[in-house]
Amino acid sequence: MVTVALFWLFAVGALVSGFLVFWLDSMARVTFALLASFVFVAAEVILLGLAYLGVVIVLMMVMEMVIMVVFMIMYMMNPAGLMPMAMYHNKTGAMALSVGTFVALAAGIVLVDWPQRTGAPPPDPTFALGQALMGPHMLTMMTLGVALFATIVATVVLATHRGRYDRLGDDLRATRADDPVGGGIGR
Amino acid sequence: MSLEVFLLLGAGLFAIGLFGALSQQSIVMLMMGLELMLNGVIVAAAAFWHYVAPSNADGQVLIIVVITAMAVEMAVGFAVVTAIFRARDVDMTDMAADLKE
Repeated sequence: MVTVALFWLFAVGALVSGFLVFWLDSMARVTFALLASFVFVAAEVILLGLAYLGVVIVLMMVMEMVIMVVFMIMYMMNPAGLMPMAMYHNKTGAMALSVGTFVALAAGIVLVDWPQRTGAPPPDPTFALGQALMGPHMLTMMTLGVALFATIVATVVLATHRGRYDRLGDDLRATRADDPVGGGIGR
Repeated sequence: MSLEVFLLLGAGLFAIGLFGALSQQSIVMLMMGLELMLNGVIVAAAAFWHYVAPSNADGQVLIIVVITAMAVEMAVGFAVVTAIFRARDVDMTDMAADLKE
């Protein structure tokens, strides 16, 4: 009974705060509405017996949304939400597509004959996850690691102000890069 | 609770995120829509693990993959927004429409 009540509390919270993301005017409030939606979903994940993953989602999303607030205030024209603001294009079409998608998904969810549960949850799901990642799913873990490393390199390259032509000249033939601070040992 | 109710919650979050991803002019707000869509996928994966195959860790691994995809999307998204804003003072999707040509 308590579980059912908690499920509905978290579910309504996740959906309402998700809706508020595209309803509020203040960019800071929008970001924290998205964070609230993630926290409610993490609570649902914990409710399903995955405590470790739920806590990971909360920790990661808190950091991610705090960073996002900075970017929102940097790039939005009305960060404090002091005046009404609408930044939509093709709102009617987007609404029709999203409602249609929900109806199609809901129809599939209700009509499909889902398989019966096979097996029982392990006593420690986190231990089972660790064993899977270090065993049969090792390739998944290695791919994720390489993807994260590639992301670090790509984001630094994209975000840096100076490109190769600034550093090495228009024809890229300069013997030394024109960097404000030289690199290497003993600089 | 049942699998269907959790999946309906995931479908609701996915639909709200899809609305944001399709309708928002700001690139940062568009990214928020994508995050909400992935949020719905997390609920669905956790529910599948719990109600269909709890003895197998595949559902948990799928959640790890989705969480990583969210982190990568945010990091690369912010870097792209910074690069395009620095190059052309563009932070709205409509102003960057010529990139598709």
